[in-house]
Amino acid sequence: MQLRDFVVRFAGEGGQGVVTSAEGLAQSSTQVGYHALTFATFPSQILGGPTWTQARISVDPVLAPGDDVNVLVAFNKEAYDAHYDDVRDDGVVIYNSAEFELEGDNRSFGLPFEELAKSTGNNRAANMVIIGALAHLINMPQENLVSFVEERFNRGRAEDAEIIRSNIEAMSLGRSHIAQSGFSLGQLAPPETPDYPQLMIKGNDAVSIGAMAAGLDFYVGYPISPATTILLYMERNLVGNNRFAYQVSSEIESITAILGAGYAGKRAMTATAGPGLSLMGEGLGLAWIAEIPLVVVDVQRGGPATGLPTKTEQSDLFSCMYPAHGDVRLPIIAVGTVEECFYGAIKAIEWAEKYQGPVILMTEMSLAERAQNIPKPDLSKVKQAKREVYTGSNGYLRYAGREMSPMPIPGSPGSYVANGSEHDDMGDTTHLGERHVQMTERRFGKIKLLEEDEFERDQPEHSVAVVTWGGSKGPSREAYNVLKEDGLPVGWYYTMNLNPLPPKMLEELKQKDLVIVPELNYQGQFSTILRSMGVKAESITQYTGLPFKARTLVEKITEMTNACLKETVRV
Amino acid sequence: MSKKNPEYDFKWCPGCGDFGVRRALEMAMIDRMEMTGESMHNNVVVAGIGCSGNLVHLLEGEQPYGIHGIHGRSLPIALGVKMAQPSLNVVVVAGDGDFLSIGGEHIGPQAARNLNICAVIMDNGVYGLTKGQSSPTTLEGAITSSTPFGKLETKTNPLELYLTLGVSFVASGFSGQPRPLAELIKQGMDHSGFSIVHVQSPCTTYNDTFIELKGDIKNGIQPSIWDVPEEHDTSDRVAAHDLLQQGGVPIGVIYNDTDRISLDENVQKTWEKAQPKTVEQLMSAFEF
Repeated sequence: MQLRDFVVRFAGEGGQGVVTSAEGLAQSSTQVGYHALTFATFPSQILGGPTWTQARISVDPVLAPGDDVNVLVAFNKEAYDAHYDDVRDDGVVIYNSAEFELEGDNRSFGLPFEELAKSTGNNRAANMVIIGALAHLINMPQENLVSFVEERFNRGRAEDAEIIRSNIEAMSLGRSHIAQSGFSLGQLAPPETPDYPQLMIKGNDAVSIGAMAAGLDFYVGYPISPATTILLYMERNLVGNNRFAYQVSSEIESITAILGAGYAGKRAMTATAGPGLSLMGEGLGLAWIAEIPLVVVDVQRGGPATGLPTKTEQSDLFSCMYPAHGDVRLPIIAVGTVEECFYGAIKAIEWAEKYQGPVILMTEMSLAERAQNIPKPDLSKVKQAKREVYTGSNGYLRYAGREMSPMPIPGSPGSYVANGSEHDDMGDTTHLGERHVQMTERRFGKIKLLEEDEFERDQPEHSVAVVTWGGSKGPSREAYNVLKEDGLPVGWYYTMNLNPLPPKMLEELKQKDLVIVPELNYQGQFSTILRSMGVKAESITQYTGLPFKARTLVEKITEMTNACLKETVRV
Repeated sequence: MSKKNPEYDFKWCPGCGDFGVRRALEMAMIDRMEMTGESMHNNVVVAGIGCSGNLVHLLEGEQPYGIHGIHGRSLPIALGVKMAQPSLNVVVVAGDGDFLSIGGEHIGPQAARNLNICAVIMDNGVYGLTKGQSSPTTLEGAITSSTPFGKLETKTNPLELYLTLGVSFVASGFSGQPRPLAELIKQGMDHSGFSIVHVQSPCTTYNDTFIELKGDIKNGIQPSIWDVPEEHDTSDRVAAHDLLQQGGVPIGVIYNDTDRISLDENVQKTWEKAQPKTVEQLMSAFEF
């Protein structure tokens, strides 16, 4: 049997190499020309606790982590028990026989990972034992993996040769041991190696590099899962050339510090998760009323309060759109893939500079920690975000009129007060009703500058459409592809621009009899917003802390589409 | 604002201490400009919320840049401005409620960073703009609109607090003496690091301590302010603490640590080691 795609889940305890095994497998597979994507979920503790990571390897680009597991690698008995039911009927379990033994299970095979690794003289090669075993199960040629090992461990050090030898031996041991089981999953079709350069990168790293490509020069943050890796990346790399990255003492300091920097002419950003976003509400309102460019990345996790800090959810849409009191509705870009993490960050910085105000970039736990192969972005096509800067003399009326106006930068003439109270043309506090009308309309009017007709569309002729957002894009698209193949009359729309929505897309959605919105929250936040704009939207919700399975969406979209079509016929 | 703006209708009460602080700040900025040759647009005044914060709109003459932000957050806003453009002269103006109560959490971190800005704090011992509630520097037992049976908490001693948190320049001033106050503010701006000039700036409406501070010898009221003696060693932290044990309000420089490196200088020095990479180089680390 030829496979085009298979899913391996590594389950065990934090610290057992669950994550590194999955990432090692994904990396080695991409290196030999396959596509790969990982999904990780952890407990909120430093060491130990049940952890699992899944890697999906495919001949075709991967959209989602995969519903069912072809191979479960169980590092302990608890993991075996917890995940056994997710293994496909034709799947296989490899378990750590140094931890436990099983009897009478005809699809499980014990492998003493660590013992075999030790026998090669390299205690750290347990991953390679597993990868060797997996390669046997899918009949992957040994030479592919040998070249991966040689490339990965060739670092110009004296011990390279020994490390390469022991890793290759570990792989061979994994292969020869699993061969005794007689198990096979068939043959993974040969890779169709992409002919363009690629990156193997995680969502948060892609956000960081994207922001830097757009010309980010000021980053301040506070540690919070799952946004911390952005802070760490910036502190290491956003240095020199008048750039600044720094850890402050709270999210209140983060938002107000980047506000000060945005005011002083810098492209400024912070990243946080729900609890930090809540603390930033007042500062975001100030950036909105005082017209100061800045970007806040919200890496969503389960909420509210401390909620589910290490699980995925899409429940911050309301808070991102309306984080502040008063008449405020912030521009939002929500990314749905690792590649979009890169381009979404660029767009967020561009938008902030363009309309001179705060922009929220929404991502989520499942993307933050997802490693995926993506086409290497072409930097020559990326433009540095530019602000319209005031270059005249003193006496400038910064807030005159109802249109966006050039922004003076301290250090140059054009002094004004950036005011968080309602203000007049020169930035002085006012209480006049007509001023509040002028300034409120000015602020909302500027949002129009961000309207772009950038969206995905497929089969627009149907009266029912799937419109998901953020990280639910992958499983939704996978489900949509199945449904399209099956001939279900349903269309597909998708955009990163949640506010303002692409005007043309919104117009078309308003014509639909039903817009189905898969999203990971209880209230159906995006469908609520779409309904408020005149779209007949209904959500498919899930709030388990895990992403959708494509299969669930296939069932529910089919059900909702058929119900809608029946209803329409009756009328 | 440089000329009268009829639309801006905020006024300080007659006799408000903040008038004197405004005058002192104007003089200090002008003195500093004359000395450094910098332009007024190189100054940024970050204001808190309250009567004191309105100072940013009431400055006369050539205008500096300003931010009139949100309650309690003038320090972290100033952090962003200063670290974005270290060559700017960044001044915070705030009151005792804004700076010590809602904004109190930001003093320690800026002290630890030795952020190179000057904070001018107008202490009137009351929330004036919201009409007379007790603040951290209201006397224990005082009857105010929010403490109808007397304030339950002890009065915060801000100068002690600043010293304890490690603020590297601490001065105490009085709004009734604009010229000497301007000198203190000027010294604070010149200090390389975090400076606080804490000013007694009485609220004539809700907590008029003017006579108490200034004294009225004819009527037998001794002033509570007294000048820091010339022989006081401002580099001696213990001497500074001792000074604050003597009662009343010492006026002058309490403490001045000139040995500490400021945050912007520290960044320059520490990050010299860092080798900035281009985006292309950063990306290639993920290429395969």
